[in-house]
Parts: sequence; structure tokens; C-alpha cells
Amino acid sequence: MEALLATAIAVLTACGVFLILRARTFPVLLGLTLLSYAVNLFLFASGRLQLDAPPLIRAGASYTDPLPQALVLTAIVIGFGMTGYLAMLALRALAESGDDHVDAGKDS
Amino acid sequence: MRAHLPILPILIPFAAALLQMACTRLAWQRAIGLAATVLLLLACIWLTALSDDGLLRVYALGDWPAPYGIVLVVDRLAAMMTLLCAILGLATLLYASAGFDARGQHFHPLFQLQLVGLCGAFLTGDLFNLFVFFEVMLLASYTLLAHGGGLARTRAGISYVVLNLIGSALFLIALGLLYGTLGTLNLADMASRLTQTGHDAALPRLAFALLLAVFALKAGLLPLSFWLPPTYGAAGAPVAALFAIMTKVGIVAILRVQAVALAPAMPDLLAGWLTTLALATIVFAALGALTADRLRALAAWLVLLSAGSLLLVPAATDERVVAAAIYYLLQSTLTGAAFFLVAGLIAVQRGGCGDDFRAGPPTATWVKLAFLVVAASSAGLPPFAGFVGKLMLLTALRQTAAGTATWIVLLGAGFLVMAALARQGCILLWKPPLERAPQPAAAVTWQQATATLLLVAAAPLLAILAGPLSDYAQRTASQLQTPGAYVAGVLGAQAAATGHGAR
Repeated sequence: MEALLATAIAVLTACGVFLILRARTFPVLLGLTLLSYAVNLFLFASGRLQLDAPPLIRAGASYTDPLPQALVLTAIVIGFGMTGYLAMLALRALAESGDDHVDAGKDS
Repeated sequence: MRAHLPILPILIPFAAALLQMACTRLAWQRAIGLAATVLLLLACIWLTALSDDGLLRVYALGDWPAPYGIVLVVDRLAAMMTLLCAILGLATLLYASAGFDARGQHFHPLFQLQLVGLCGAFLTGDLFNLFVFFEVMLLASYTLLAHGGGLARTRAGISYVVLNLIGSALFLIALGLLYGTLGTLNLADMASRLTQTGHDAALPRLAFALLLAVFALKAGLLPLSFWLPPTYGAAGAPVAALFAIMTKVGIVAILRVQAVALAPAMPDLLAGWLTTLALATIVFAALGALTADRLRALAAWLVLLSAGSLLLVPAATDERVVAAAIYYLLQSTLTGAAFFLVAGLIAVQRGGCGDDFRAGPPTATWVKLAFLVVAASSAGLPPFAGFVGKLMLLTALRQTAAGTATWIVLLGAGFLVMAALARQGCILLWKPPLERAPQPAAAVTWQQATATLLLVAAAPLLAILAGPLSDYAQRTASQLQTPGAYVAGVLGAQAAATGHGAR
């Protein structure tokens, strides 16, 4: 379980970093999305991995830490909004310069 | 009312933003925005005056006690920074109300949300809450940066947004590491648990290193500062003037984390690299100032220079150095903002020539004098506040390990900046135009003139009031440098808060 999650986070991060270093805005946007998936999984894992445990404290039953779940929810909302804004900005740059390079229209 | 004062710097602009989203007529939005910012200024003055008694005011949101709920912590530094934010907000909003706000939609609500983010980031005592306020501040700044349109702003916006999204990802990884190892996100609780044994020592260290990298990105430390000059240079004059405080958010966060958590638990984390990189930032900014082709680009390089000078401070961990830095921070923020507004006025008066460094139509004499004041203060020439701030910083840094290198770099950078300002100022203000002006100049409105003069007046005023202000900075620094009182104040918040409410 731990190995699977760690591998997933590592693969997502590696793909995200690779895509962020591309020169076109769309791969960069995809890379940021993958990176934020990796970060969300990582944040979720900071409350330790537990199977079949609800985030509620009940007498005699095991429970999982609810705080990381709240943090992940916040992070997802913020990350989604930011990525949406970046997509609009990239479209506007494409419309204004006719180029989807991250330094679009630098020499024009 | 007094018990709820710490939340007012967040609530006032937030309420104003909601109201402005409800009524979309520009005149109403302007009136609400200006009224709210005046209210914010009054609340911040009250908060600063109250917090000068040296007590730590802890406001538990929803009345949940400190390690479980989110708290706002008001000490002298936090109160002073919200006051600075309110002054800057009022001046830039007044300037923007002259017509800049009509160049795009939703300027006013976004401006108020930017103030929410800034004030919240200064006040909060919880690291995840700091992340949230950073994001509020950044999301508003992304759209304010693009306000007015144009390819230059869009292009600067893309790299600014991408870099800050990566910064946010690193911030979250650091928070996950800290919560996973220490089991808390409250800064004071974190500081007290760091000094105890029983947790992994390497992971929190890594997490704090990541946090410092994120704050350094916001502050503009050298390998992470290439985004700053194009972004600030591309933004509209009032937006860039408000952004002058954004690098200071990163610096204040570094100072706070260093004083509360790092100094007692891992004092060697900043040693060795921060001073070197800060000196490199100063050299980079001074050389960049020589290459600028527009006045606003030059002002952006000067913001980077003042950020580099302030980043010399956290590694020094000396109370006198921090006190000097607080005065330097006040004057450099106000002068930097004034510089952007003066550049905006010059661009207005020169019509089609803008603020490019080429001969153009002459500007009014009072604008020239205002330029002289901000330029002299930015270059650190007497008799203005820039000189006093630089002198205090140099005197305090002399005893530190890198004292000699600091003196050489700061004085050399001051000379380069002076040369750049003198040369470009002569071209901008005195050189007669070769041909007739390409476009007639617009008139300067009273809002623009008042806002600019308000900020320009800070340079002589802060120099005249240097005595009381440096005493206040000394008190602020000594409060910041007693982390034991901060931790005890926050974690014993329940008793302190009820006792305070009954008074």
C-alpha cells in the first residue's frame, strides 16, 4: 500500500516536472495539473494510511485523521481555480500573439 | 468591539468586495472601495496603537482554542504591516479611481480581495491559513496584473502564474511534511514541539527548507527572482505600487518563521547561503537598473534591490539588525510605491512617449520635484528616508560576519543606482523633444496628484520622524525576537483571550 502510493506520487511528480519544462503553454498546464495531483495525494498521506477507518471518533472503533482530508479539499479547490485561470490566460496569449509558446511574441 | 479588532483588517475589505460584486456601477464601486479603505486605515491605526503595549493579542476564530482552531496573532510587527498595507491600499486605490479602474472589469472587488490576502497573511498564526491567504493574495494579483490588457501583461502573467503555482505545490508539500511529522499546523505549537524530542529531526528540517524556498520565491531571492522585474514593470502604475508590498510578505514570513521556529530549534538552517544569495540579488538588481529602458522597469529593479537588502537580515539574528530592517522595510515599501506612481504621472504627462527613456514633451515642475525626491530616496541620498534606512542597516550589519562584503556591495549598488537614476532622469525630464509630440498628453487628475504626493511625502516625513520610528522598530524587533513569549501567548490563548474580552 505504502509502496504503491509512493510510486504513484513519484511518477505523477516526475511527469509533472517534465511537462512543466516544455516550451508550449498546454503541456505546462497539464504538468501543473499532474503536479497538483501528486501534491494532493502526498498531503492526504500525511495523515497516515489506514484502511476501513472513517474520519470520525467513535468509542472503541479505529478512526483516521480528518484534518488532511480537509486540507486536501482546500488544496483541490484552490489548485483547480488557479489552473482554470492559467488556461484562460494561455488562451488570451494565443489569441493576442497567435503563438502558444510560453514567451509568445517576445520579438514582435 | 475591541476584542474583535484583530479580525477587522480582514473583514472590512472582504465585506467591501462582496458589496462591490453586488452593485456593479463603477461610481458606487469607487465610493465603497474608498470608504472601506479609509475604514481599514482607521482600524489598522487603532490596532497598531493598541498593540504597542507589547501584549500579544490572540484572536481565536470561532473561539476554538489555539492548537486546534485557527488563530490570528497580533504583535507589533503584524499590526505595523497591516497599517503599511492600508496606507498603500488607500493611495493606490485613489490613484486607480482616476480612470485606471475603468480599463477592465472587476478591478475594485479584486483590489479589496488583494487587501484581504495581504492583511490575512500578516495576521495569521497558522501555516495552512497562511497558505490560504497567500493564494487569495496571488489570485487577486494575477487578475490585477492582467488588468488593462496588452500582450506584455499577458506574457508576464503566464510566467508569474506558473511560477507561483509551482511555489504553491512546494508550500503544500512542506505543510504535509510538517503535519506528518509534528502533527500540527499552528506555528507556535510547531515551535514548541520542535524543541521536544520524539520526532524525526530531518523531515521538519527539509520542510522548513522548502518553506523558505517558497518565501524566497515571493521575496525575489536571486535564483528565484527573474520573474519579478518583467512582472512589476508590465503591471499598471497603481497595481505595481500595490505589488511593492508583496515581496515584503515573503520577507516578513521568513523573519517570523526564523524568529519563532528556526532560531530555537535549528539555528543553522539559514547560515551560509542566505546572506550570499541576498548579496548576489543586490548586485543583480543594481546591474539590472542600469539596463532598464522604461521608468517603471527601473522602479521594478529597485523593488528587487530593496528586497535583496532586506534578505540580508534573517540570517543575522541580531535584534539591532532586525530593528534597522523594519525601518528600512517601511521606507523602501512607501518609496518604491511612490516611484511607480510618479512613473505613471510622467507617462500620463508625456502622452505617447510614455515613460520610455527618450526625449519627449516636458512634464510639470512639481512632477519633476516629486521624481527628484523619490529618486534621491531610492538611491539612499540624504536628506530623505532612504538615506536614514540605509545608514541604519549598514551600521547594524557592520558587526555581523559578512559585514565587509555587505558594506562593499550595498555602497557599490547605491552608486550604480544613483548613476542609472541620474542619467535616465536627465533624458526623461530635461532632454528637449526632437520632433513634435506623437500624441497630446492627458491632464493629471486630482486623485492621481493627491495619491502620488501622499506617498512621495513619506520620504521626507519618515526621515523627520526617524527618531520615534526607530524606537518603535526597536520595540518591534525585541518583541519578534522573544519567541518564548509568542509561543506562550498563543498556546495559553484561551485564558488570555477571555481575560482580554472582560476588560
